[in-house]
Amino acid sequence: MSTMAVPDIAVAPVDEGFWTRSRKVGITLLGLGLLAAVLFGALATNQQARFTLSDDAAGAALEINGTIGAILFGIITIAAGAALLAGVPKRWFLAVLGIGLVGFVLSFLCWQVSAAPAGQNFMPLVNIIRGTFILALPLIFGALAGVLCERSGVVNVAIEGQLLMGAFSGALFGSISGSVWVGLVAAALGGAFISLLLAVFAIRYLVDQVVMGIVLNLLAVGVTGFLYERLMQTDAAKYNSAPRFSNWEIPLLKDIPVLGPALFRGNIFLYLGLLLVLVIHIGLFRTRWGLRTRSVGEHPIAADTLGVKVLRVRYRNVLLAGVVAGIGGASYTLALYSFTKNMIGGKGFIALAALIFGRWNPTGALLAALFFGFADQLATYLGAISSSIPSQFLAMLPYLATILAVAGLVGRVRAPAADGKPYIKG
Amino acid sequence: MEPGEIHALLGENGAGKSTLMNVLYGLYQPDEGEILVDGKPLKLKGPSDAIGAGIGMVHQHFMLVPVFTVAENIMLGAEQVRGGIAGFLDRRRARREVTEVSERYNLRVDPDAVIEDLPVGIQQRVEIVKALTRDVDLLILDEPTAVLTPQETEELLTVMRSLKAAGKSIVFITHKLGEVKAIADRITVIRRGKTVGTASPDASRDELAALMVGRNVRLTVDKAPATPGEPVLEVTGLVVDDDRQIRAVDGVDLTVRAGEVLGVAGVQGNGQTELIEAIMGLRPVLAGTVSLVGDRIDGWKPKKVLRAGVGYVPEDRSVDGLIKEFSVAENLVLDIYDRPPFGAGLALKPDAIAASAKERIEQFDVRTSSADASVGTLSGGNQQKVIVARELSRPLKLFIAAQPTRGVDVGSIEFIHSQIIRERDIGTAVMVVSSELDEVIGLADRIAVMYRGRIIGIVGPDTPREEIGLLMAGISPDVAHERNTDAVPGDGPATDGSPASGPGSASEDEA
Repeated sequence: MSTMAVPDIAVAPVDEGFWTRSRKVGITLLGLGLLAAVLFGALATNQQARFTLSDDAAGAALEINGTIGAILFGIITIAAGAALLAGVPKRWFLAVLGIGLVGFVLSFLCWQVSAAPAGQNFMPLVNIIRGTFILALPLIFGALAGVLCERSGVVNVAIEGQLLMGAFSGALFGSISGSVWVGLVAAALGGAFISLLLAVFAIRYLVDQVVMGIVLNLLAVGVTGFLYERLMQTDAAKYNSAPRFSNWEIPLLKDIPVLGPALFRGNIFLYLGLLLVLVIHIGLFRTRWGLRTRSVGEHPIAADTLGVKVLRVRYRNVLLAGVVAGIGGASYTLALYSFTKNMIGGKGFIALAALIFGRWNPTGALLAALFFGFADQLATYLGAISSSIPSQFLAMLPYLATILAVAGLVGRVRAPAADGKPYIKG
Repeated sequence: MEPGEIHALLGENGAGKSTLMNVLYGLYQPDEGEILVDGKPLKLKGPSDAIGAGIGMVHQHFMLVPVFTVAENIMLGAEQVRGGIAGFLDRRRARREVTEVSERYNLRVDPDAVIEDLPVGIQQRVEIVKALTRDVDLLILDEPTAVLTPQETEELLTVMRSLKAAGKSIVFITHKLGEVKAIADRITVIRRGKTVGTASPDASRDELAALMVGRNVRLTVDKAPATPGEPVLEVTGLVVDDDRQIRAVDGVDLTVRAGEVLGVAGVQGNGQTELIEAIMGLRPVLAGTVSLVGDRIDGWKPKKVLRAGVGYVPEDRSVDGLIKEFSVAENLVLDIYDRPPFGAGLALKPDAIAASAKERIEQFDVRTSSADASVGTLSGGNQQKVIVARELSRPLKLFIAAQPTRGVDVGSIEFIHSQIIRERDIGTAVMVVSSELDEVIGLADRIAVMYRGRIIGIVGPDTPREEIGLLMAGISPDVAHERNTDAVPGDGPATDGSPASGPGSASEDEA
């Protein structure tokens, strides 16, 4: 067979048809843009919409006529949608999508702000950004705990419990010792305690990880609730008056307009959260620890044959996740409020949604958490300016968006292949 | 083992070859006995000890992380790092190491390619490079040729020879006699966990086979020439996607006539699974038609297809063929439990089910402690017999068997093959899909070769293996088959000549 023929069978290209994902997103944006330009434009008043740039309401501000703004930003969204429909290079997809969504939100804000009663028709950008980050903070810590855990193949539904236990032990030991630092360490250990239970039962005893997570959440609510009533309520001054971290101003950065006062005059948790996103992202994709973590979460048998200790990696990561979530819980009790029963109130589950929305990626999780935080903050703000839209409706929107996102609108979401599957040697 | 030796470990499925090698690689712990390296006993607590002792292994199912790049897979577990305790990966060094090793042994791989995008032959190469970068002296290859085309197998044998020349020892595990004879320096035969003999590569195939199974076996299937009748199954222009929405079957035409066996050969993953599932109604048909004795059956539900007289042995019995926790008797009526005599209205008739089970267990020689034992407790061969018994107990027009003897002992293989031929002889149209070329050649009256979702050629069973092998590798039939006139590119209508003139007549002329 000296003359080998080249196989000339054409490989059928994967034919998505006309309606590629990019086009589907494009047509959606186009629809949103039309809605914004027409509806928001019609509803907006002819007053100025003011977006103030400092804490001072009368100070410098960006201003635009409400009607014009609503229509203009609507048109930007339409343009972004049309661009996606016409087809843009793949690497621009996210940027164009981002522009389109921002345009829609701004159009909406022009309407809302211009229609607000006199004296309230301004939006303090600094407060909004600061509030967004504060509200997103537990979600960031929670989602990072999820990343650490699930990248190594252990499903972490217990984020809620880890946050709650962190908040509780931070408050309790912070109060007893009178030291924020002792409180912080105690919070980390509290989160790690819930994680330890998760690790032992999921890794050693092969209990279903989702069921175990739910049980641990209930356990955390029960234990902290009981101790709260027996201990903290009876002697709040002794057990539930933890000292709080003061705000640290970061030299130079604090003077950046808008962002400076919004982000760089915050507390340790804000800085720590952002730093952790960076550290975990680099760690996961650039270090030996990350490579091993991901291999254990994707194909533990392969990792084992190369001498990676699968169970040890999983224990370590689950415990680290508890530490991170525990600190996240303390961002409530060592900075903002005193402890109350069930004070996390479901944020752990929203962090789980942020984890999936962010595709098991630390940076993605950060963006998803900020998105949820912003929606939360917006709902509060609209309530304050007596908006015509019920704030509950707005509070619902991010979760609607999550369902759509997870259902595949924003691309295929792929969990680590071995996520939730116990590893049994041999 | 001597340095620079290729030692073949030959044995049937389940003989204990892989288990032995997993012990040697430190994955399993021995209950008794010891391993000697250079005369010294070696205690392996895990794979890292084995790697340290210079033992590397290429597993039957590749141990590669699909979403990682080649370089990431190769460095995993032995990472070169910078930056002290932080442990930043030194990717450049890893990449360089991969390139070095692959050049030294002539095993070309792209360090930045992602594993899941690579064909299996290349993935295997990555596995070998992975072992070589760890400086092993002894390389264990566990069933390396199971997933390869004959041409890829040739390449692998070449690689093995060059490794041998470089002084590496190789343990080559297989149950394929031809490859053993082609490459091994020494052969050890294992049966039921015991060494039953060693042989030199000059030993005849029959001798080796007899050692493997412990008695003389026929390597061929006895059958009379087929007497094909009317077309029963007609497939035209069939297009089907796989689970990832990627085209798996891309315009297949084929016809199966009453009283003949159409064998479908091909390397796994070329659309065979999706083809059958589409015929059975388990997978949507995107274009084309499927007809059963003139009735269009595409778009029918599987139940309706079964009731129309189609028997089906799915390729993975534990997933699709049986409910392991159910008893043998229950599994035997899974398809007709709601019909008399086994069911009436809402109720099952346990007596009828038990009586029929007893009969069929006897008829199909199912070795089970009782009809009430759960199917999961049976051996692979007996589980497969339960499926075959169930499917062949109805009057059939068409019988489709996918991988009918995968993971089945030799005795059961013979039995299942004879049942398939018996079904053909009573006038059923039979379609057998198998990745074992020997099985297809043994059973089929005509062989259709699938490659990338198409029938690339239909040939007689006497066609030389090499020619079928080339077809399996996608070498188009005009060239692969220039001397043989009964092979026709791709399409169904042109296959008429072959069945009419009897199986393999053209090849006989040529011989």
